[in-house]
Amino acid sequence: MSKEREQGMSVIVKTITRLTVGLILLYGIYIVLHGHVSPGGGFAGGVIIALSFVHLMLAYGKDVALRKLPKSAISFFEGMGALLFLGLALLGFTGGYFFLNVLGKGEPFRLFSAGIIPLANIAISLKVGAGLFAIFVALVLLKPDAEEKR
Amino acid sequence: MILYILCLVLFCVGLYCILRKRNIIKIIVGIIIAEYAVNLFFVLVGYRMEGRSPIYASDADILNMVDALPQAVVLTSIVIGLATTALLVALAMRIYGKYGTFDITKIRELRG
Amino acid sequence: MLELYILLVFMIVGAIIAIEVKDLLSSVVAVGAVGLALSMAFLILKAPDVAITQLVVELLALIILIRATLKRDLPFSTSGRWFFNTFVTVAFIAVFLMAAVRCFGDLPAFGHPIMRVGSTYLQEGLRRTGATNIVAAVILDFRAFDTLGEATVLFTAVIGVLAVVRRTGRKSEGQVIEED
Repeated sequence: MSKEREQGMSVIVKTITRLTVGLILLYGIYIVLHGHVSPGGGFAGGVIIALSFVHLMLAYGKDVALRKLPKSAISFFEGMGALLFLGLALLGFTGGYFFLNVLGKGEPFRLFSAGIIPLANIAISLKVGAGLFAIFVALVLLKPDAEEKR
Repeated sequence: MILYILCLVLFCVGLYCILRKRNIIKIIVGIIIAEYAVNLFFVLVGYRMEGRSPIYASDADILNMVDALPQAVVLTSIVIGLATTALLVALAMRIYGKYGTFDITKIRELRG
Repeated sequence: MLELYILLVFMIVGAIIAIEVKDLLSSVVAVGAVGLALSMAFLILKAPDVAITQLVVELLALIILIRATLKRDLPFSTSGRWFFNTFVTVAFIAVFLMAAVRCFGDLPAFGHPIMRVGSTYLQEGLRRTGATNIVAAVILDFRAFDTLGEATVLFTAVIGVLAVVRRTGRKSEGQVIEED
């Protein structure tokens, strides 16, 4: 991206971003956590969390955004999400077979119900969010002009 | 029945774009449109007349829900479609960096 | 069901505009309009999970596509044998449409699905998993293997993008440049 792009957008956009980015992140976390009682779930919530970081990067430039969430943290969260999901699946072995729902059922409509499903939602949201943000960072940092190899 | 045929016409529009266009970004747009048509077809098959969404409410009175299985399948299919699109766009940007054009008839030589 | 017909016709018109317009940015915006109409169609078909996911995913796809089409313009040129190529493509699509329309006679009528497996999930879902969102119960308890497969596909796509984007080259003898 060119030099003036890296500083971000105008003052109006930066002010609005400062107000709304936290709310978008909070909304994404809400959709993930309530995935088993209302529509949403891990996939939509993970994409919304990634979108909040993309919003930060588009408005402020990539330096500020990468300071908030460095590249090592992105790869850590993605791997952690996948390993958490696999760990929950292997936990089913204590009950009988792979992916068995071992935790208690609880009563419906409560937040702590339905066994493994909320934890699996959190793991999936970490993986999807971190993965999609990693794709976006990789595509943004690619140099746009034609380069010669020889 | 007309709905299924309209959905198939949308898929054929995307297919025509994949086969005939010479710009790589237009081909990617065609692939996206074809994916939209397939996801819509899945959810269309699982619809039940006078049904409600497969989510329980506290005052649930009718058990007349639409089919939940196609919706689960389409949910993962949408995210996989996004991953495919991102990979295609990365490849297209690489091709532009190397050849200087998006035209597929001009990238015939195997270089590098 | 009139709204569904109107939305489908709107989507077809939007798709035709997206593939025929010359400017790349306008075509990407038209694809965004098609995706928005698709999300509304999912809402009418009583699928709120799918509608939310389609909306946010299409937003991210638009951002990635616009990143690729910035400052590039479309080369406008037609090669020879244009009429023959178009005729063969349209003939192929016509044959495909006729075969598919004959196959659609075997599907059950719209609005009365067979639901041999789906009805079991709907009736047993709340009792066996304790989740009130049946779609979440299906993708995370009854069919959790498919979600594991999807996580693997997403991981492979991320690795693929990172492998395509990296640049390794040589500046001089024995010195390798790597840039992320």
